[in-house]
Amino acid sequence: MKTLSKGLDKEKVRKISKFKNEPEWMMKYRLESYDLFASKKMPEWGPEIDIKLDNITYYKKVFDKIENNWDNVDKDVKATFTDIGLRKAEEEYLAGVHVQYESEGLYSNMLKELRDKNVIFLDTDTALKKHPEIFKKYFGKLVKNDDNKFAALNSAVWSGGTFIYVPPHTKLDRPLQSYFRIDSKNMGQFERTLIIVDEDSDLHYIEGCTAPTYSDDALHAAVVEIFVEKNARCRYTTIQNWSNNVYNLVTKRAIVEEGGTMEWVDGNIGSKVTMKYPACILKGDYSKGTCTTIALADSMQIQDTGAKMIHIGKHTKSNILSKSIARGGGNASYRGLVKITKNAAHSYANVKCDTIILDDKSKSDTFPTNICKNNESSIEHEATVSKIDPKQLFYLMSRGISEDKATELLIMGFIDAFREELPLEYAVELNQLLKGETSIECKR
Amino acid sequence: MLEIKDLTIKVENKIVLNKFNLTINDGEIHVIMGPNGVGKSSLTKVIMAEPNYKVISGDIIYNGESILNLSTDERARKGIFLAMQNPLEIDGVTNSDFLRTAISSINQKNVNLYSFIKKLDEAKADLKMPDEMVHRSINKGFSGGEKKKNEILQMKMLNPSFVMLDEIDSGVDVDALKIVGDNLNNYKKENKDISYLIITHYTHLLRYVKPDFVHVLKEGKVVKTGSYELAKQIEDNGFNFDKIVSSANTGSDQSE
Ligand SMILES: Nc1ncnc2c1ncn2[C@@H]1O[C@H](COP(=O)(O)OP(=O)(O)OP(=O)(O)O)[C@@H](O)[C@H]1O
Ligand SMILES: [Mg+2]
Repeated sequence: MKTLSKGLDKEKVRKISKFKNEPEWMMKYRLESYDLFASKKMPEWGPEIDIKLDNITYYKKVFDKIENNWDNVDKDVKATFTDIGLRKAEEEYLAGVHVQYESEGLYSNMLKELRDKNVIFLDTDTALKKHPEIFKKYFGKLVKNDDNKFAALNSAVWSGGTFIYVPPHTKLDRPLQSYFRIDSKNMGQFERTLIIVDEDSDLHYIEGCTAPTYSDDALHAAVVEIFVEKNARCRYTTIQNWSNNVYNLVTKRAIVEEGGTMEWVDGNIGSKVTMKYPACILKGDYSKGTCTTIALADSMQIQDTGAKMIHIGKHTKSNILSKSIARGGGNASYRGLVKITKNAAHSYANVKCDTIILDDKSKSDTFPTNICKNNESSIEHEATVSKIDPKQLFYLMSRGISEDKATELLIMGFIDAFREELPLEYAVELNQLLKGETSIECKR
Repeated sequence: MLEIKDLTIKVENKIVLNKFNLTINDGEIHVIMGPNGVGKSSLTKVIMAEPNYKVISGDIIYNGESILNLSTDERARKGIFLAMQNPLEIDGVTNSDFLRTAISSINQKNVNLYSFIKKLDEAKADLKMPDEMVHRSINKGFSGGEKKKNEILQMKMLNPSFVMLDEIDSGVDVDALKIVGDNLNNYKKENKDISYLIITHYTHLLRYVKPDFVHVLKEGKVVKTGSYELAKQIEDNGFNFDKIVSSANTGSDQSE
């Protein structure tokens, strides 16, 4: 086991790079990023980030190597992932699975047919060693290390994450999934994900995350960069169910070339504070971006989520559908940006944010920014805030359904458009999460 | 058996029923008629514990027990069913999820999927409802008549013992009305002890479903009780009371 003591300084950044035996350029990049992190202020907008950064563990390696056979994985950890349902999903439904435990990968495997198609699916550290050319070409190009304070932090201390390269003209029939798990108190997890879907190819990637509940805060600050090449399509599905002591501050961005499509499907159920606004830069003509999100803010939770769509190419289209649920005193807010640039003629953007507030203690705000810089394009925006409709509740209850169950049905109905985007297995899991079934603790 | 005793209710500070009395024995079919806004739907809502309808005094007794302290869902689980005048649309909740949840709530155990689908298929066929309807959101995009049929579908699926039908015949075309009538008759045939409380403005449905009693509701009370003949007279003459009373005196109906 390799663990850094709490807190962060330049020496520790250097140590992480040394542990990993990285090339010189990466160590330099990390150190430069650390300086940016140290000099940048916390975001001046959005929820207060009241985290003691000195109290966080920035690197912890528990297992020596990444296994490709569950039989070689620590017995208790294996049992945890069996309970979570990941192993069943792997057998029945997925094309490949990667698991990260604390700072490093734990398990990684994919179907032979994908290897035969030259698909690369690795943890990001291994990818840096095995595929340095592609890595250097794309890494940090979309989310630069000066983008925001937490992107700078990630760039300094990143560890693990997923690297996917899908070669041209390659369709994956089944999704690839990564699973991120934090088990230690005060842990910081800083995975770095880099996905390239080359021309005419198609990828569905699923990301899941959980952590057990501790009284002390943990930090998850990930960076995700996605390159969707000409006529390619990438769908990125997240079901985030961090425990409610995790600050979840994630920068997710995709750049889409001509005729390409990027689809974000983003479910935020857990965490203490989430700030996450998946972005599409629609660079190529006729490129498309969609973002379908739900956020559930329960007691003591703040979900500050949304999406960004930047239209640069002509005839580009984007669609944002955001569904927020606030209950038990939680705060679920939408924050979004749609920008149609001067060049992006004949483009169209649609934004729809619906919020349902279940009691008087809970709240929700909407912060939309819509900018359209040419006359041939348009942005449509619609926002609704509602409560559970007592008439609908009565109708359901008049058929013998209890108030709680009826409310649950109405909430499921409210997020139906999101559930429809999920693979069936995950829709079932989501139902359970929304019913408040507790997350599974690690047996280790 | 349902007994309503001296029931006074109010909605939005307006007294709607005033010392209202009605007893419906097992197996009986009762009809309530009355001018618009007189409180017919309010009666059904208060029996179903709609929170806007407040009981000021009196009692509602079902099978020997007061149900005033029971919530809407508890009353439904006792076998009381209301087919509403204006069935609601609920986006995102499919008819089949809804029905499965309702049946498992009433039976207090999980539904056997196979027997559920079989029963649903039969009910759909009986009502000549298209297959895909059950996978759509509750009443979403249903025509007025389709919504009414959907209420009957729910009744057939949930097996209630006391059924209130609030204007189930309005907005329903001639063929659909016959289908609804046949289904009500068959349901009664299969479940001898069930009783109906039918609210209507016309006699169309009553030609299929023969009532035992027809009541006229006015000023918060039943002002007259008769048989099917009374319904016909109302359809011919309206609620012009003198005419009803005079014809009643010559007819066989008993007036209050
Ligand atoms: N939720 C409500 N809020 C305010 N007033 C109501 C409400 N429900 C009913 N009322 C009033 O109570 C009275 C009785 O209404 P109700 O719907 O019971 O009439 P009805 O006899 O069913 O009429 P119709 O034949 O038109 O269906 C009406 O004056 C109506 O406006
Ligand atoms: Mg009415």
